[in-house]
Amino acid sequence: MNLLELQKKLIAAARVNVPSERVPYAFEKRVMAFLTSRAVADHWALWARGLWRAAVSCVAAALLCGAWAFFNSTSNANADDLSQNFENTLLAAVDQNDQAQ
Amino acid sequence: MERTEAELIAAVLKGDAASFEPFVQKYSPRVFATARRYARRESEVEDIAQEVWLKAFDKLKSFRGEAPFEHWLMRLTVRTCYDFLRGHQRNRELSFSDLSDPENDWLERFVAAPETASENVDAAKLLIERVMEKLSPPARLVITLLEIEDRSVKEIAEVTGWSVPLVKVRAFRARAEMRKILAKIEKDKYL
Repeated sequence: MNLLELQKKLIAAARVNVPSERVPYAFEKRVMAFLTSRAVADHWALWARGLWRAAVSCVAAALLCGAWAFFNSTSNANADDLSQNFENTLLAAVDQNDQAQ
Repeated sequence: MERTEAELIAAVLKGDAASFEPFVQKYSPRVFATARRYARRESEVEDIAQEVWLKAFDKLKSFRGEAPFEHWLMRLTVRTCYDFLRGHQRNRELSFSDLSDPENDWLERFVAAPETASENVDAAKLLIERVMEKLSPPARLVITLLEIEDRSVKEIAEVTGWSVPLVKVRAFRARAEMRKILAKIEKDKYL
């Protein structure tokens, strides 16, 4: 068998066989619907990404405040304690009654 | 008044997705015809076409307008088809026993009288489809573009993104690969 000739014949057969340009029914509509729905989904993705960024910023701010409060309270251990002052003020009337008795 | 392609592209890039529809309507026939050269099943052809349009929409920013939109789209289509071929590499062994009766008959006629065996018959078309399916993805792509679509080496280099020497090397290897497949059929048939 002449393989080179066979190859030529088969390629000629493929050239004759031009593929169809037929587009399935409503293909354009399906593609456009998919693209549009994806665009809507993208808006939600954008919103979710924004929320995550905000959450990370909030956690970072909370950690900074926590760290500041912790180190501030340990460095000023002998200074007036706000919670103690608050408690004294609130219970001042009770203390006075106790002392009067 | 109808908007030009450049105006439609500008509108799509500004966020008006609906302006993309005229492109899908106008160029889908060519995209489908190209996809049918690489995939046989209609479901696969439709998947390729859909993938092409999604990529075109996503990559529209990279279209610089220096060449016609159609050229850019066809380049994208060919590359998507190539990705499809690489992702769907089937069993590449073809033996004589796989051939149908009409294909065998056509081969018999060819062996008896090569010049009288017509290429314009279904059996020959089926046989070449079968042989093409057994080629490696680069070989199939280069045979399709160079031999069947009759494109130049330079054009193929532009469409595929390969260098000109690489196209030439792959074309040489592809022809050899095809002859090897045909030789195997011959061997199965006569030995």
